[in-house]
Amino acid sequence: MKADDNALIRMFRVSKHYASKPALINITLDIFRNEFVFFSGPSGAGKSTLLKILYLGENITEGQVLIDGMNLARIPLNRAHVLRRKIGIIFQDYKLIPGKTVYQNIALVLEAKGLSQRFVQKKVHSVLRTVGMEDRKKSFPLSLSGGEQQKIAIARAMVGEPKIILADEPTGSLDVDAAENVYGLLTAYHERGATILFATHDKDLIRNTKHRVIFLNHGRIQS
Amino acid sequence: MLALFIKKALQDIRENRFLNAITVVTIGLSILIVSSFSLFFINTNALLNSWKQGIRVLVYLKTDANDANRLDLRYQLQQMEDIQELTFISKETALERLKSQMRNQSALLENLKNNPLPDAFEIRIVDGSRELKQVAILAEKIKTFPQVAEVEYGQHFIARFSHIINIFKFVGYALGGLFFVATLFIIANTIRLVLYSRREEIEIMRLVGATDRFITAPFYIEGLILSATGAMLGLIGLFTAYQLILSKFQSSLALTSIEVQFLTIVQIVIFIGISMLVGLTGCFLSLKQFLKN
Repeated sequence: MKADDNALIRMFRVSKHYASKPALINITLDIFRNEFVFFSGPSGAGKSTLLKILYLGENITEGQVLIDGMNLARIPLNRAHVLRRKIGIIFQDYKLIPGKTVYQNIALVLEAKGLSQRFVQKKVHSVLRTVGMEDRKKSFPLSLSGGEQQKIAIARAMVGEPKIILADEPTGSLDVDAAENVYGLLTAYHERGATILFATHDKDLIRNTKHRVIFLNHGRIQS
Repeated sequence: MLALFIKKALQDIRENRFLNAITVVTIGLSILIVSSFSLFFINTNALLNSWKQGIRVLVYLKTDANDANRLDLRYQLQQMEDIQELTFISKETALERLKSQMRNQSALLENLKNNPLPDAFEIRIVDGSRELKQVAILAEKIKTFPQVAEVEYGQHFIARFSHIINIFKFVGYALGGLFFVATLFIIANTIRLVLYSRREEIEIMRLVGATDRFITAPFYIEGLILSATGAMLGLIGLFTAYQLILSKFQSSLALTSIEVQFLTIVQIVIFIGISMLVGLTGCFLSLKQFLKN
């Protein structure tokens, strides 16, 4: 695989099979620094699998993946945190810890890095302000609406200032207003220099976009 | 970071109060039983040792032994290295002693026509030769002298007492081993249950970049806190029982030279330390298995 200085993520002939069923077939793809890319396609097209591979949630069956120069095949599971600290992940089902407050859910990312409580406090408040949820810092996730929970998940993904955000159907279970809000927050973060990979099957969201859209179907790139 | 881990561990303990309370009580009971055996063993062993320290060998002379024989025997005994002190007890003195020991029943001895007790030598043994085996060898040697009828040093009683102590020692070891495994299993299971109930949270922590160390450290601290608290609870229980028993038998014990002791600070620290070590091992086993999956 040739080195391309501007490519942050490089996938070369990547295939993924679940038992004998293929989920991704021969994917070759470069994603550049500060790029906003949509992955679109029907359910089961392989969008989530592709994102999971990028955060080491799944291993590939064939091929090679490089992220910021790191070969994912060479990262053992107990070193996965090195990669994951460069990435912010947003899920359709938010994946917030129900027993922890909004503040604690976000602070966890920084605490895991061993940062001081003073810094954590400052940073969490700042990111909560950015997503407009500062007044809900003591709330528990289940007391929030879907849109609010997704904002917290975005705040958690952004708080560590990762270079890459992987958003797996982040608007999938939200109403139009909330979805636009989420998209707006991710766009704003992208404008600060981040690379965003946004998986969605929402055609309205990608219809008039200026960003690159990659269509997946049956595990293959279609255009 | 340590403060954060302790905070998280305490938070976990609070959240799973019931489960943790059962764990602490069970560890406490295990420690109580094992430490009870240890305390019993320590005290009986001390008692046996004090008897050994004060061990006296009585050499009974044959009834037909005359003064010359007695002097000859005294000379031969004085030549022996292991003997520190030698006292002759005539049969008259022996009878007087017996009478004073029997107090109220001494009248029974008044009607004796002949003194049936033999002359004897009471031997005090030098330090370092008071082990039962050494005393037995010495006794066998003395028995070979022609003037000697019998050698007595409480061997039957000491042997029986030692045997009982050995049985208790064995039961103590067996129970100790059993409770070691039980405590290990209890801690491992408690941590496993907590891990299972928090598997989703742990998965999320991993996804946001937490290391295994960051995830597992609070569990190790939790295991340490539970096992140390359990051990302290068990030892407090033991101390309470010790005080109650001691106060009940204090008047009887005052008449004897038996001094019952509680565990020393070092022994208490060892118990708590072992319990904590078991706690850590239990955590390690659960976490190792969990992180592998």
